[in-house]
Amino acid sequence: MENNIFQLQYAMDTFYFLVMGALVMWMAAGFSMLEAGLVRSKNTTEILTKNIALYAISCIMYMVCGYYFMYGGDLFLSGIAGGDSLVADVLKASAENGFEGDSVYSKASDFFFQVVFVATAMSIVSGAVAERMKLWAFLAFAVVMTAFIYPMEGSWTWGGNSVFGMYNLGDIGFSDFAGSGIVHMAGAAAALAGVLLLGPRKGKYGKNGEVNAIPGANMPLVTLGTFTLWMGWFGFNGGSVLKLGDIVNANSVAMVFLNTNAAAAGGVIAALIVARMMFGKADLTMACNGALAGLVAITAEPSTPSALMATIIGAIGGVLVVFAIIGLDKLKIDDPVGAISVHGVVGFWGLMAVPLTNDGTSFMGQLAGAATIFVWVFVVSLIVWFALKAIMGVRVSEEEEYEGVDLAECGLEAYPEFTSSGK
Amino acid sequence: MKLVTAIIKPFKLDDVREALSEIGVQGITVTEVKGFGRQKGHTELYRGAEYVVDFLPKVKIDVAIAEDLLDQVIEAVSKAANTGKIGDGKIFVSSLEQVVRIRTGETGTEAL
Repeated sequence: MENNIFQLQYAMDTFYFLVMGALVMWMAAGFSMLEAGLVRSKNTTEILTKNIALYAISCIMYMVCGYYFMYGGDLFLSGIAGGDSLVADVLKASAENGFEGDSVYSKASDFFFQVVFVATAMSIVSGAVAERMKLWAFLAFAVVMTAFIYPMEGSWTWGGNSVFGMYNLGDIGFSDFAGSGIVHMAGAAAALAGVLLLGPRKGKYGKNGEVNAIPGANMPLVTLGTFTLWMGWFGFNGGSVLKLGDIVNANSVAMVFLNTNAAAAGGVIAALIVARMMFGKADLTMACNGALAGLVAITAEPSTPSALMATIIGAIGGVLVVFAIIGLDKLKIDDPVGAISVHGVVGFWGLMAVPLTNDGTSFMGQLAGAATIFVWVFVVSLIVWFALKAIMGVRVSEEEEYEGVDLAECGLEAYPEFTSSGK
Repeated sequence: MKLVTAIIKPFKLDDVREALSEIGVQGITVTEVKGFGRQKGHTELYRGAEYVVDFLPKVKIDVAIAEDLLDQVIEAVSKAANTGKIGDGKIFVSSLEQVVRIRTGETGTEAL
């Protein structure tokens, strides 16, 4: 009888993991729509190509070696199936952990859940470098990011390994529940390195320091993308509880869903009000960035705050993101979609908010973790970007940028007009 | 024959079309255009940065008519498109040398 219950628990936790992973996978669609809406229509096809290609690259590279670097095992996921003794092994592990102990679930489901996080980190980069980067340089970077850069910092955090054998982040009180730092700030650090090397879009900043608006093409897509990400985030945070199959964990999953939703709502309202006070108008794209900021902020610890506290953490993220976007523009760091602000600045805030409600962590530990992740990802990314610049160049020509990278890189307009049927 | 070209506010298009139908105009051509006049443009806001929209959307109507209808057409358009506010548009009148109906080959006022 006990064995049957363990079998059911294994099935339930695996099933739950897979469904949460599928939700996170859908975030790739959210990023695609958000970015397609925030660029000009002449760059739509290219940004969509980038998004679907980077998702596929993430899946392949993480399978080849990324998962191995992060969690051990072997290259190409060999041995993940479990072998002939699978059932006996699972029952033994379940009995050792006990019904309410650590989760025991399919290794394949673990890979599936982890791989969609890699894609999320990489998606963050694509928006920041939009409208001016060469497609193939970007995809080459995606290979290195998802095969090596992300898995290394992942192994020091979720993987539990020491940083080059020097110190262990877990031992000094660092905690990042679902990846405010490990996924989001890491993606933003890679994006920042790319943007610094790439420079702003032509016409974004005037000679006398003025900031010119380059309005995005499609506000309905921006909003749809935001809502899609919001939905996918329930999988991102909810799945990171790692277990559903007992009362304590089921309750924790419910709390994480509740807090994730609350933080996003807080982020929207805060960003909307701050933008109204500063610009005199209700700014939709700021409100959408506010939602994502709320989600990023709560991701580092969605299980311990109260619903009110989660709303406040999200709202502070929403305020921060508006000032971060304006501040980056002052520094002439051109980020068409606000990715560095949303995922980097607010990702850092999310890490720092963890000790407010989680006694097992410390501000120093969080700072050390944030610094480790940022320095590693930023420095290695900068080296890779420099290498790509030397080998193939990272930026399209001025003329190609003016005509739109859709034509230059993909040879296809997103909304073709005046086409004649092939004769 | 005359060609009357009117630039009007887009939301007045239906009124102008009805007014022209009432006085017996058989057809018009409508184009969505952009431009500026005394009304000039306006500023919009995107992510905290203001930008100027120099060219405002307007509707252009082309009406080809026989000369005797000219005064009525000008009056109908002026009345129907008038709001009294800046940006109501303009009417241009030019003479029309030739008109040909493609289907039948008719020319001149027969083709109008």
